[in-house]
Amino acid sequence: MAAALDLATPLPRELSPARRALRRLARRKGAMVGLAIVVFFVVMAIFAGWIAPQDPLATSWSAVRKAPGAAHWFGTDEIGRDVLSRVVWGARASLLAGVVSVCISLAVGVPIGLAAGYVGGWVDMLVSRLADAMLACPFLILAIALAAFLGPSLTNAMIAIGVAATPVFVRLTRAQVLAVKVEDYVEAARAVGNSHLRIALRHVFPNVVPPLIVQATLAIAAAVIAEASLSFLGLGQQPPAPSWGSMLNTAKNYVENAPWMAIWPGLSIFLLVLSFNLLGDGLRDALDPRHG
Amino acid sequence: MLQFLVKRLAAIVPTVFLVSVLIFTLQQLLPGDPAVAMAGEDRDPNVIAYLRAKFHLDEPIPVRYLYWAKGVLHGDLGDSVRIQEPVTQLILEKLPVTIELAALAMTIALVIGISAGIVSAVFKDTVWDYGANVFALWGLSTPNFWLGILMILLFSVRLGWLPASGYVSPFEDLRANLASMIMPAFVLGNAIAAVLMRHTRSAMLQVLSADYVRTARAKGLDERVVVLRHALRNALVPIVTLGALEFGTLLSGAVLTEQVFSIPGFGKLIVDAVFNRDYLVVQGVVLFTASAYILLNLLADVAYVLINPRMRT
Repeated sequence: MAAALDLATPLPRELSPARRALRRLARRKGAMVGLAIVVFFVVMAIFAGWIAPQDPLATSWSAVRKAPGAAHWFGTDEIGRDVLSRVVWGARASLLAGVVSVCISLAVGVPIGLAAGYVGGWVDMLVSRLADAMLACPFLILAIALAAFLGPSLTNAMIAIGVAATPVFVRLTRAQVLAVKVEDYVEAARAVGNSHLRIALRHVFPNVVPPLIVQATLAIAAAVIAEASLSFLGLGQQPPAPSWGSMLNTAKNYVENAPWMAIWPGLSIFLLVLSFNLLGDGLRDALDPRHG
Repeated sequence: MLQFLVKRLAAIVPTVFLVSVLIFTLQQLLPGDPAVAMAGEDRDPNVIAYLRAKFHLDEPIPVRYLYWAKGVLHGDLGDSVRIQEPVTQLILEKLPVTIELAALAMTIALVIGISAGIVSAVFKDTVWDYGANVFALWGLSTPNFWLGILMILLFSVRLGWLPASGYVSPFEDLRANLASMIMPAFVLGNAIAAVLMRHTRSAMLQVLSADYVRTARAKGLDERVVVLRHALRNALVPIVTLGALEFGTLLSGAVLTEQVFSIPGFGKLIVDAVFNRDYLVVQGVVLFTASAYILLNLLADVAYVLINPRMRT
């Protein structure tokens, strides 16, 4: 009788793993703060033309190094350009560099890691040794060298950062594939006669995605700092186009007379990187079943 | 131990070989004739002819690599086009400054990172723990060149306590040397301290819940003795290995820090070389850095085996 009653009661709907992870993420205050800041910067980058109060390239010799005030909320730089407008436009270069370079790393690193982990043998050995070789060169130094040889520009900086960050994704994907490919469901997929390509893409790859999402989020934070670093050294976005790193490069020469030139772009880099780090930490906790 | 060393050294050989191929390949990225690109802005025909001969540019790429690798194995990384000095000599000249900066930065990172990690683990879920985690997030998110500018603003411009830039050799004036290095070292050590804090915290949390720590507490030992003598000693094992991996961060950070504080070290050498299109110097610095990184990782592995008795058998 009791069993009949239980059968009559509708069962709660089982949530998919992705939705469960999203719920866990939503409960993490730090991650939500991070997400809010990321959204803020994304909106700022997309609508820079509307948000920026002035032309970021317009110089004014009557407003050189003006302190923050009603006319220029963040002050002006050494040739009278509005710092707020340049900070708003700079968000576009930073976010673009962060996202595009990580996309390059993912596009190159994930298929290679997937192939190395799934195929194994000499392919795995060769790929692993190559990844080791690239990881032996410190990330920023390799990016500087690549940017130097490719020539200074934002596009080349993005390529350099993307290539320099690729081995991390190769290693991560390979390690995940090695763990997943011995699971029973992969064996079952093989037993029913699925092709290797189908098994790799339909059964192995989806289970590699969660750690890749976490790593990609944290890699965007690292790529934003790397782009700012390259621009600070003069190897990224070229003047007069606005970039937070190149703004800091100029600002360091005017610290004594115009500290606002350094404060706002630096604070923007800090906030954007912090937000991606918070989001990445939150995603790691939410996507790791042990934290469930 | 000997068997471990031999195995580890054997594993290094293919990595070093591939690193050299990778760095040699950088030259191939140069648009147009590499000799013209490497000759700098002057494009002196003599320099172009010298480079063409030196790098055997008329030969196929694998042959060129072999010639280049042979030179590297003999310590010949080529000559700087701009300064007209051997790259190896330039690197060795600048290296002591960066080593001093790196050593000071690592000391600061170890002191701050390990202390913060211990406090965070011992006082888990208290205000101290949250404070230490906020510090770690701050360290990981702050671009060190911005932190450097802010410190110059505070300690040099506003307070006038420390010099904003420049370098004094410790053999000339130790006091002036420390005054010029303390800010850059802190800036460089900040991010590494954050990483070390996280590693120490997680290692300490693991160790503090181990049976032997519970036994030490049950014996009635002072908590300080339990934490510092029993727990920390074992927690240090992973910290040593992970700390060595931060060497790459240290070198990358040094490039920017030396630029902000105008310190004539290894980092400034590569930046100046980039702007002067002194590609051989760039190539040499990357090769040297990668080799040093591989060597340090090997030393860290050896240290790991030496301090961890279970690994010796």
